[in-house]
Amino acid sequence: MSTTDRTSTEASNPSEDSAEAAAGAQLSTAPAEDGGGPVGIGVIGWIRWFWRQLTSMRVALILLFLLSLGSIPGSLVPQNQVDAMKVAQWKKDHSFWVPLAEKLQLFDVYSSVWFSAIYLLLFISLIGCIVPRTWQFVGQLTGRPPGAPRRLDRLPAYATWRTEKSPDEVLAQAKTLLAGRRFRTEAGTGSVAAEKGYLREAGNLVFHIALIVMLVAFAWGQLFKSEGGKLVLRGKGFANTLTQYDDFKYGSLFSPEDLSPFSFTLDKFDATYEESGPQKGTARDFTAHVTFRDGVDGAPQKREIQVNKPLEVDGAKVYLLGHGYAPVISVTDPTGKVIYKDAVPMLPFDANLSSSGAVKVPDGYSDKDGKKEQLGFNAMFVPTFAGEGKGTMLSQFPDLKYPVLALSAYHGSLGVDSGLPQNVYQLNTSKMQEFKDADGQLFKKRLLPGETMELPNGAGVVKFEGIERWATFTITRQPGSGLALAGAIAAIGGLAGSLFIQRRRVWVRAVAGQDGVTVVEMAGLGRSESARLPEELGQLAAALHEQAPTAPDQPVKETVEGERG
Amino acid sequence: MTPLAAEVNENLAQISNYLVYSSMAVYTLAFLAHIAEWIFGSRSKVGRTAAALTGTKAAAAGAPAVQVRGKGGTAVLDKPKVVTRSTNGTRDVPDGPGAAGGTVNGDLYGRIAISLTTLAFVIEAAGVVSRATSVQRAPWGNMYEFSLTFSTVAVGAYLILLALKKNVRWMGLILVTTVLLDLGIATTWLYTASDQLVPALHSYWLWIHVSTAIICGAVFYIGASGTLLYLFRDSYETKLASGGTPGRFATSVMERLPSAATLDKFSYRINAAFFPLWTFTIVAGAIWAGDAWGRYWGWDPKEVWSFVTWVAYATYLHARATAGWKGRKAAYLALFAFACWIWNYYGVNILLNGKHSYAGV
Ligand code: HEM
Repeated sequence: MSTTDRTSTEASNPSEDSAEAAAGAQLSTAPAEDGGGPVGIGVIGWIRWFWRQLTSMRVALILLFLLSLGSIPGSLVPQNQVDAMKVAQWKKDHSFWVPLAEKLQLFDVYSSVWFSAIYLLLFISLIGCIVPRTWQFVGQLTGRPPGAPRRLDRLPAYATWRTEKSPDEVLAQAKTLLAGRRFRTEAGTGSVAAEKGYLREAGNLVFHIALIVMLVAFAWGQLFKSEGGKLVLRGKGFANTLTQYDDFKYGSLFSPEDLSPFSFTLDKFDATYEESGPQKGTARDFTAHVTFRDGVDGAPQKREIQVNKPLEVDGAKVYLLGHGYAPVISVTDPTGKVIYKDAVPMLPFDANLSSSGAVKVPDGYSDKDGKKEQLGFNAMFVPTFAGEGKGTMLSQFPDLKYPVLALSAYHGSLGVDSGLPQNVYQLNTSKMQEFKDADGQLFKKRLLPGETMELPNGAGVVKFEGIERWATFTITRQPGSGLALAGAIAAIGGLAGSLFIQRRRVWVRAVAGQDGVTVVEMAGLGRSESARLPEELGQLAAALHEQAPTAPDQPVKETVEGERG
Repeated sequence: MTPLAAEVNENLAQISNYLVYSSMAVYTLAFLAHIAEWIFGSRSKVGRTAAALTGTKAAAAGAPAVQVRGKGGTAVLDKPKVVTRSTNGTRDVPDGPGAAGGTVNGDLYGRIAISLTTLAFVIEAAGVVSRATSVQRAPWGNMYEFSLTFSTVAVGAYLILLALKKNVRWMGLILVTTVLLDLGIATTWLYTASDQLVPALHSYWLWIHVSTAIICGAVFYIGASGTLLYLFRDSYETKLASGGTPGRFATSVMERLPSAATLDKFSYRINAAFFPLWTFTIVAGAIWAGDAWGRYWGWDPKEVWSFVTWVAYATYLHARATAGWKGRKAAYLALFAFACWIWNYYGVNILLNGKHSYAGV
């Protein structure tokens, strides 16, 4: 900082500008723009240059912009992480683009190399930016506001008047006044300098640090998280061990011991739907009533789980995700013995819960001749049937108003013993034969609850006993979310401080004029031009003016306004 | 719900529709009054901008003026006056006189337009409230309801700024035009009969997250219109300063707007003031998603575009803090950011279906 007190008259003198620059210096800790090439020689010079580029505001700006552009493709192309089924569909529909899209990792944008590169560079830049800024800020906290520039009237807000008080009195009063308004003040020769609003910088640093905290929290969460799904029939239960899950995903540092030991049974499932109007059938409320046990042998507690209200168990959350129906089906063999009775969950495929599934009878069946066989049925279930003659097996309403189950029957080998994992909702008929009706067609029938279906040639009887409900739950553990939340709150607080607090400086100068009257000058300078700056200066000037009122009746050459009458 | 209550509610929903249509009628009148304001205003000859940019520099940088106001012989002294001065590097251009151009007739029509806008605002707000009452929930369950609230909030913000004596009258015509557009789209394409919410929306986070989202959108819209006009006005001033003569129509319109510096500052302040609220909106949304779907952030299209919008506004704020990026470049970033917001509203809701799907769009 060079002071330019030697400069004399001209307003457009370049050193005047630098005097103003000095007055505004250190008002923020933003890094200076640096357009220069590498300094020094060799690798070190280049590394230093690269580092300076990376931590400059301009590169931060470019990286930020790239980050926003880079996030866009992930919203236009389906993502594996979000919905793998949609990805498969997209690939089928746009086969031409698939190789290119795969090369660009377009199905995994948010974990792709290029996206990671952008945000990692950004965060390195951020750290490289925060560290020096923090030091600088600490320095500013212990520093003093810079002295008054020579010409205060060149600053954005300015006021002046003449008073009969002595310069020393005025300055002493100005200092008290400013200190009383929580300005940091510094007396100079013939002037007082004051500064306020350091919290702005503090807020800005807190905000940027909070961004890093959030990133760390997310990374932590990704590494240790686990997420599993489970379909639970009414009356049945679930215990939180790996083997009980239908499907399970986890982060690379997850270990099965992290699963908290708890269990629950689904006692009841309530669903209500819009009964009429244009949105007939839209779901209004889902509630799963469960009996929950914490720990291996905790006391049973009644709990409710709703769509927006997960059940929280130390670190894990149990979410209600979906629901559906499970027709209860029994099979009687030719000798009249009930060899199978179970509730078979069906998978809904539309909003009115038209569902499909498969009934598989792997054990205990022998045909009329005593030959051991397996039975299989393709099943369609609708909770509200359109009515006889309306043809389709598509449900008209999601609730159980007119439930109908349609079965078609097969016998032979289910193929479940082959060791390959099987989809429980689909029947693999490759090693099965159709039961035939009188016309030689596949034997099938629509059943109402309580109705039976006799298989051809006395092969047995199938009965639609009743209907159970099921609900699917997702059990997630996402460590680090508390930290992420804390980071988010700090970020918002820091932002508010950074954007709402003005960092500004005020100078007061009082010197004795030729005629012995004191000339008071006040000026204000802020980080950005704000309407509040002149306002505040006006208030300060008014307050100071009360103690050092305008000298009456002075001979002025400038505009004298309002001297009428 | 008893049948009687249902009927009452249906009536309320119907009343809400009437109110919305009535407000559109009044907004149309306000629109016409604004047009009259601009037309009458065009008859004035101002030329202040041109004078400031091309004429001789006023003695602004002269010695400090001392103001003394006296009554009678004894000088009763007022508080000292603050002289403001723009910092180096910005043009020192006075603000235009506004649409009315200082003409009495223009001003009269301008005032009529504002009164009509206020009336329309009250009617529209009543429409929103009766819609909310008819379903006994927050009136933000579908796009029709969002659009209604969106324009209500935008006009409300404008009226508040007017009441605070901020220089925003220049916005009147643009605002009323777009409000009519928004309501037109809402009533013709987005209309959804009033009804209950799907379970995922049953949460007090609806009140928090959606209300702040709508407020941010409405206010960012006001900021974006300032930015857009800034770009026009800036080209106009640049042309004048370099000795060109802009067309007569451009001159007539541009001259009456505030100066480029004022417009730029206006939109910066609006965007900066509401960026923390937008950040809060996203955080609140993440918390809600954590409750509703079991994950805080899942890169659902809506989430992606909120993030893009957020980063774009952050880029804009950074640009303002960086020497070489102030002015037009920053303005383009601000417009990009707002375009992302709008796309997140119309585009994502209608074209990209993610988890954020609402009953009837
Ligand atoms: C993760 C990416 C980043 C985001 C989202 C972000 C966001 C923001 C926002 C919203 C502001 C406005 C607050 C204000 O004007 O005071 C800001 C200011 C600032 N940022 Fe960042 N920033 C990021 C990275 C960086 C980096 C890498 C740097 C350093 C090169 C940096 C340096 C600054 C500085 C110096 C300011 C203050 C400007 C001023 O004093 O007005 N930021 N940032």
